[in-house]
Amino acid sequence: MTLAELICPAGTPAALRTAVDAGADAVYCGFQDATNARNFPGLNFTPEELGDAVAYAHAKGAKVLLALNTYPPAGKVDLWRHAADLGVRLGVDAFIVADMGVADYIARTHPQARLHLSVQAAASSPEAIRYYCENFGVRRVVLPRILTIPEIRQIRTEIPCEIETFIFGNHGLMVEGRCSLTNYLTGQSTNMNGVCSPASDVEYARHEDGSMSSQLAGFTIDRFGPDEKAGYPTICKGRYTTSNRAESYYAFEEPISLNLSRLLPDLIDAGVHAFKIEGRQRSKSYVRNVVRAFRQAVDDIRNGRAANIADLVALTEGQKQTQGAFETKKWR
Amino acid sequence: MSLRIEAANSARWPGNLLASRLACGVLQPILTRIVRRIAARHPSLFARLGPYQTADFVIDPIDLPFAMHLRPDPDRLLFRAVPRDAAPRADAVIRGRFMLLLELIDSQEDGDAAFFSRDLDVTGDTEAVVRLRNALDDVDTSIAEDTAAMFGAPGRAVLARLRRGYGADMEKD
Repeated sequence: MTLAELICPAGTPAALRTAVDAGADAVYCGFQDATNARNFPGLNFTPEELGDAVAYAHAKGAKVLLALNTYPPAGKVDLWRHAADLGVRLGVDAFIVADMGVADYIARTHPQARLHLSVQAAASSPEAIRYYCENFGVRRVVLPRILTIPEIRQIRTEIPCEIETFIFGNHGLMVEGRCSLTNYLTGQSTNMNGVCSPASDVEYARHEDGSMSSQLAGFTIDRFGPDEKAGYPTICKGRYTTSNRAESYYAFEEPISLNLSRLLPDLIDAGVHAFKIEGRQRSKSYVRNVVRAFRQAVDDIRNGRAANIADLVALTEGQKQTQGAFETKKWR
Repeated sequence: MSLRIEAANSARWPGNLLASRLACGVLQPILTRIVRRIAARHPSLFARLGPYQTADFVIDPIDLPFAMHLRPDPDRLLFRAVPRDAAPRADAVIRGRFMLLLELIDSQEDGDAAFFSRDLDVTGDTEAVVRLRNALDDVDTSIAEDTAAMFGAPGRAVLARLRRGYGADMEKD
């Protein structure tokens, strides 16, 4: 049986402490700039806060993973290099990287540092994963959310590094790290600026009939009826009218969250080393409840008991959940 | 963008306009005390607000006969109860049941989940709301309990009773 480490999100120092106290084995977080894919207003860590957070986590036996998982624009790598140097100085336990240039810099400058390959690198084949392992010393890959458990089991036998999979949270898959939808409307890039649907471009409007519409950069991307559950204002989860359908529909993806709580034993059996919970943009309440639930479940499984999974549907997007491609590639 | 709370909201409290103004008058010194105490105990939350320290937020507990106006400017803090028909122009409006709003401030409830379920309504400048949410979420201690403690045992008893009632309501839902 693998260790099945629980990797938990933190958007603020208080969330990090909440995650550690709730039983996280490791917490991932980022700086307050474009070096990470949750570069949201008021979120993330100053260098001083990260130093304190590392001390707090280490004192309680937890690790801190620093997300440097965006792509620097050509020739503008200083911000990412500086963040990596800072992370080493502050004692983070690993870097989560997507860009080969960033990986190469850390591998050469800080050869003792541990590298994890971000889901943003979209490495889903043994060949791609081995390339990162052989060239940059990557020790763990975070797999894209497009693989079945039998495929993960097979990949595990063909790569020299650990596997981490998402088990809960936002289910925005497509080709991760290569999403240009937000950029198309707002001019800001998910991949390079770390901003998917920047809040400054989001607006919600209430209508007299009780419905609510969400807009991004002036474009309406969904309208929810008075009693309909809502989702994030992202283009990939917008509802559109097209010429080949009588009614508007979710053309790319639906507002829904991943929840693999029932598949944990299968994932462990397939050789997954670490389970990742999405949600650095979420509250301490979310972190506390989700981390506690999965801590309990993983401990039950590791002790040979049936996992008692708490109901987390109230925390899911659109209050709907799926096992996605992990269960079947026909999930949509 | 600036908004004005719809006059229709005041229609939920017909005949209560006088009561609303009285309640606002009674509450004002208490709200001022509360917000000054929070600011003094948690100065770091202002940094997360960034340029939105001077934004005007209207927080509208739909089950109370008044709204609240917050301007989280550390140099000139403003937190006051306002009758809905006299609500100021706001950069952002946050609307929901009182206990939900209180539990969101205290990170006992998740804002995104409340938004998904449509129990929380947000209009106006979304970035202002996101910054305020993240600033409050980085507070380790319970703002509600700190506030209740200002009023001693009676304050704590009221908060406990409100929370019991809210918990019972949630179970019914």
